Amino acid sequence: MQTTMSKPQSSGPEALTSEAERQIAAAWAGVKDHLPGPAPLTARREAAFRRFEAAGLPHRRVEEWKYTDLRALMRDAKPLAQPPGEIGTVRARAAGAVLAGVDVRRIVIADGVLLKEASDLADLEPGLSIGSLADALGSGDAEVTSRLGAQSPAEKDVAFALNTAFMGDGAVIRLAPGATVARPIHLVFCFTGPVPATVFTRSLVEVGAGATLTLVESHEGPDAFDYQVNTALDLVVGDGATVDHVKIGTEGSAALHVATLTAALGRDVTFRGMVFAIGGAAVRNQLFVRCDGAHTNLMLAGATLLKGRQHADATLVLDHAIGGCQSRELFKGVLDGDSRSVFQGKIVVRPDAQKTDGKMSSHALLLSETAEADHKPELEIFADDVVCGHGATAGALDEDLKFYLMARGIPRKEAETLLIQSFVGEAIDTVAHEGIREALSAAATRWLEARQ
Amino acid sequence: MSLLEIKNLQVSVEDDRQILRGVNLTVNPGEVHAIMGPNGSGKSTLAHVLSGKDGYAVTGGEVLLDGADLLAMEPDERAAAGLFLAFQYPMEIPGVATMTFLRTAMNAQRKKRGEAELSTPEFMKRVREEAAKLSIDPEMLRRPVNVGFSGGEKKRNEVLQMALLQPKLAVLDETDSGLDIDALKIAAEGVNRLRSPERGMIVITHYQRLLDHIVPDIVHVFFNGRIVRTGGKELAHELEAKGYADYEQEVAA
Ligand SMILES: Nc1ncnc2c1ncn2[C@@H]1O[C@H](COP(=O)(O)OP(=O)(O)O)[C@@H](O)[C@H]1O
Ligand SMILES: [Mg+2]
Repeated sequence: MQTTMSKPQSSGPEALTSEAERQIAAAWAGVKDHLPGPAPLTARREAAFRRFEAAGLPHRRVEEWKYTDLRALMRDAKPLAQPPGEIGTVRARAAGAVLAGVDVRRIVIADGVLLKEASDLADLEPGLSIGSLADALGSGDAEVTSRLGAQSPAEKDVAFALNTAFMGDGAVIRLAPGATVARPIHLVFCFTGPVPATVFTRSLVEVGAGATLTLVESHEGPDAFDYQVNTALDLVVGDGATVDHVKIGTEGSAALHVATLTAALGRDVTFRGMVFAIGGAAVRNQLFVRCDGAHTNLMLAGATLLKGRQHADATLVLDHAIGGCQSRELFKGVLDGDSRSVFQGKIVVRPDAQKTDGKMSSHALLLSETAEADHKPELEIFADDVVCGHGATAGALDEDLKFYLMARGIPRKEAETLLIQSFVGEAIDTVAHEGIREALSAAATRWLEARQ
Repeated sequence: MSLLEIKNLQVSVEDDRQILRGVNLTVNPGEVHAIMGPNGSGKSTLAHVLSGKDGYAVTGGEVLLDGADLLAMEPDERAAAGLFLAFQYPMEIPGVATMTFLRTAMNAQRKKRGEAELSTPEFMKRVREEAAKLSIDPEMLRRPVNVGFSGGEKKRNEVLQMALLQPKLAVLDETDSGLDIDALKIAAEGVNRLRSPERGMIVITHYQRLLDHIVPDIVHVFFNGRIVRTGGKELAHELEAKGYADYEQEVAA
């Protein structure tokens, strides 16, 4: 385990030297005049691409990407994905099975395209609207374009900038003030093939004051297929709203997946976020969360289960702009084989954010000698009357506990499974929706049963 | 055939320090043996080695349970073969509900013995009955194993597990430590209910007090890694009066 505290550093302009960087630049040249959106957005796309051009892909000398060297991980950049054909559409309709049996409203986004005919768009609850980003950009919806990526720290991130440059489609969900949607909305993202490609998706979710919403995203694709996903979600939450966000990462075994969540939270908001990461070869989940109003209550949890040579990075920037908010972060990783997990958590408390109460913890359970966990907590506190802390642990299963279970007749593997389940269970239990919580538990159990 | 035969058992821990120095003990079905000895004499080590805990090196001797080589089995296999250890220090297992733990243990043993799993109502009925006999609050069973339990509750939870698992041979390691007299009586009654002509028990204790409630057939004095004297239940009273001083002299001599 490594625990380091460090200040971010900016990287200077660099030429696009790697194969992947040159391929991205070529893709941009080919597509930039055909991307949807009004003139102001075109300028923002252009500016975002310039950021990439100046810095290149994030690499290990970029502090925020220290443990996830995207430039090294991307040997090439796959061509931009084509919309799904007939077979792809059939596959997309079957996707999202991780929530089979849970009553959700499915919105299917396959190979970067929102498939209206495969989505449940009928009988929307009062106050709820769901559309595609491509339509919103195509019709020049000024509100949508102004909301996209309006959060500044995320804008500096090159992976997110690439999403802004290339974004084509995704979901646009709006919930009117005071509206309550009991049935969770499930954004079903999938890559269907038939050849490895790059998918950029961008979604925008606006929750009005006092409204209530549970939003799930699941991401999947075929195994042993080195496709690349860059997905982003901008979440804007009005005063007094209650939002649950659960992201389930079950990408195929060779996939590269980079996801950005930006969240701007008003006052008196209750926000619970969960990142469940189980699939993919290399995964980065970056969360930029800003508390703009007082008395907001935030719970961010993560459960990661990795094996083989999987790599998963959860990087969190939590910005307390206003005081009196409470935040809790609980990230748990179970690491088998040669896998590696990264947790970087930064809590910023601005000078005006007095009475901020923040507690962050990350724990890794190492099931093999060769697994690795890196934790990097950072506290940047500019106010004096705050309570903030962090804790990190990494270790193997407790042999004494295992012996206690075995002495009662429970075989070794079953004893390990029980202990691992209880370890990740603490994070999974933060999910408020019972059906979704049980689906995550079941996914963790399947993962454990597949261990030999 | 004897239920348990320990023959000249010798055990060391890391750095080759020998803890057990030739333990010999035979337990027949229906017998309750007490092992009394001072702190640090190796009583818990014996209990741990019998149940298969890692970290001990058996350097000599053998142990047979029902004629089978106990030391060749994994801890879970020993449990399924009928061995039960009530721990001196029961473990707290955060995140694992007591009910889940009990059911997993019972069904794992049944499965290994080729018996059918218990149905949920049958399991619940047995747990409720046994818990009531031990004055265990059903609310406690919903909590994670031993987490937030008092010392007495932990020990009663051990006796509950023994009652549910119905072992052939039970080893109770200082089940009396940390208990007040009422808790001690409840635990002892629980143990006494399990006495039967088929079952053997080894009651390890430091004080004679427990043996007023669980009256043994045979008492052994354990000193410096082996049994130095064996007698009837009156031996416990003699030890209580005289302490272990005689044995210390013997070892020194
Ligand atoms: N795993 C171990 N590693 C090293 N020393 C041990 C270990 N277990 C027990 N011991 C030592 O063995 C001796 C006997 O301990 P124990 O069996 O707990 O005695 P008792 O239960 O009779 O009080 C003590 O000196 C103790 O420190
Ligand atoms: Mg002891």
